[in-house]
Amino acid sequence: MESYLFPFDSLICMLLGISFTVWFTLLLHLYKPYRIIAKEPVSLEQEIQDMRRGGAEPEFDMSDIFYFCRRGVESIVDDEVTKRFTAEELESWNLLTRSNYNFHHISTRLTALWGVGVLIRYGFLLPLRVTLAFTGVGLLVVLTSIVGLFPNGRMKNYLSDKVHLMCYRICVRALTAIITYHDSENKPKNGGICVANHTSPIDVIILASDGCYAMVGQVHGGLMGVIQRAMVKACPHIWFERSEVKDRHLVAKRLSDHVADKSKLPILIFPEGTCINNTSVMMFKKGSFEIGCTVYPVAIKYDPRFGDAFWNSSKFGMVNYLLHMMSSWAIVCSVWYLPPMSRMEGEDAVQFANRVKAAIARKGGLADLLWDGGLKRGKVKEVFKEEQQKLYSKVLVGSTSFQSTNQD
Amino acid sequence: MGSRASSLLREEDIEEIKKQTGFSHSQITRLYSRFHSLDKGENGALSREDFQRIPELAINPLGDRIINAFFPEGEDQVNFRGFMRTLAHFRPVEDNEKNKDPTSGEPLNSRTNKLFFAFRLYDLDRDDKISRDELLQVLRMMVGVNISDEQLGSIADRTIQEADTNGDMCISFSEFTKVLEKVDVEQKMSIRFLH
Repeated sequence: MESYLFPFDSLICMLLGISFTVWFTLLLHLYKPYRIIAKEPVSLEQEIQDMRRGGAEPEFDMSDIFYFCRRGVESIVDDEVTKRFTAEELESWNLLTRSNYNFHHISTRLTALWGVGVLIRYGFLLPLRVTLAFTGVGLLVVLTSIVGLFPNGRMKNYLSDKVHLMCYRICVRALTAIITYHDSENKPKNGGICVANHTSPIDVIILASDGCYAMVGQVHGGLMGVIQRAMVKACPHIWFERSEVKDRHLVAKRLSDHVADKSKLPILIFPEGTCINNTSVMMFKKGSFEIGCTVYPVAIKYDPRFGDAFWNSSKFGMVNYLLHMMSSWAIVCSVWYLPPMSRMEGEDAVQFANRVKAAIARKGGLADLLWDGGLKRGKVKEVFKEEQQKLYSKVLVGSTSFQSTNQD
Repeated sequence: MGSRASSLLREEDIEEIKKQTGFSHSQITRLYSRFHSLDKGENGALSREDFQRIPELAINPLGDRIINAFFPEGEDQVNFRGFMRTLAHFRPVEDNEKNKDPTSGEPLNSRTNKLFFAFRLYDLDRDDKISRDELLQVLRMMVGVNISDEQLGSIADRTIQEADTNGDMCISFSEFTKVLEKVDVEQKMSIRFLH
């Protein structure tokens, strides 16, 4: 049944690709700057020394306040964190109303193009994709349940892999995701953990259509629950009850047990813990890096011009989000498999996590941030302010006399 | 849904803000986008919580004082005009502006106004004098728990001694200006806004 849909769908992808080169030559005149201010990355000590009126003694100067004042107002105008939780702003418009922030009505020609775009996307692409999506999910549930009936053994694993791959590939078609996989020789192997940066739930489908993974997640109700229960019949995924998620030791134990069993598939984890908008990588939670097995980092970068894949969960629900995805032009992304990394001697989990994060950020061309993705919903910890105060105190009294009054 | 933020800002408003603050048309629309993205309650005004949601501002030792500077006396909300007026203090001083029309009044980003903005950060009760207590308060905010009361007290005393010329043990705005006359205020209190 799907066999005649596949070549058809590839044809669509190719046509889209060609038409895009045409669209963009028309759109080039829409360049809009997207940075508001230019910031210089100067440290606190540097700035304050510069501001001292020549004198060498570390003393208070009334102009010291300028540094904090300017940095404060700069962060009000443009800060590194809050903009990671909303969709990336584009330099030029891609004919999707949802990416339209600052673009006013430029010309009737453009509006006409947009109108044609709407017709194509909603009248033609969307129904096709929805059909494929239903097919993919339906088959996943049915076939994994059938495979679950087989006795445990090589045959079952083989069938389970094939079934999972096929269904995920149908889902990839349903989103018209054009994915380029790089460095496939580094693909995750059994007994390891695969970590990747997180932009949307689609990340899972993108990775799982190229390799077989054990998924980790909370048990859901409804349709998700049905899918989860069916999947776990065919091969061991790790689903946690809501209450178990809070217990870090339990989580760590289940993950280690899974990893220790070499016949089980590599675990797929997103250490950021929340969706970030694909312009940066935020703090990795250290839990997955404490287990002590090989880590296979993967970098995923979406091309925002074709359709923004970021899921802003405070603005859109899952269904709304999927509809957006299926009515975009396409999802174009690149996946890089990085060489495996292990914890080195004398490195603790946090340092290891930061090392992996830096590698992923570098490969995907994303900003490497130390900020916690949890800031999407929560407040920043006081300890960071205390660090700033400590730094300034050091400058004020000079580091030698600072040690004598230091309270730790 | 990407909002049509700029369409909520009328052309007349943009022109007025341009005249008052000196920002360009595109800068005003960009800053309006930013204002809109900070305004979580979507009521056209920012509250103190909206500012505190910015992590880099929350960890700034003087964060609360800076936020305060945006709000007029006794108010809890700042609209876009007020937001722009305060930001205008941080516009760099351009050479071609120095010879502008003298009757239009001093621009918001003049050296004096920049100094006055900083002065206000110290002068909490707005009585146009920085008392020893007010100075101590700001110092305490900047150093946290890392310096003892005595040491901080002596730093404050020394600073007032150096600056105070009329012997009232407070720093007035003109004394403040005198102390900082050699500092390149225009550069230190300016942000490079891109066009």
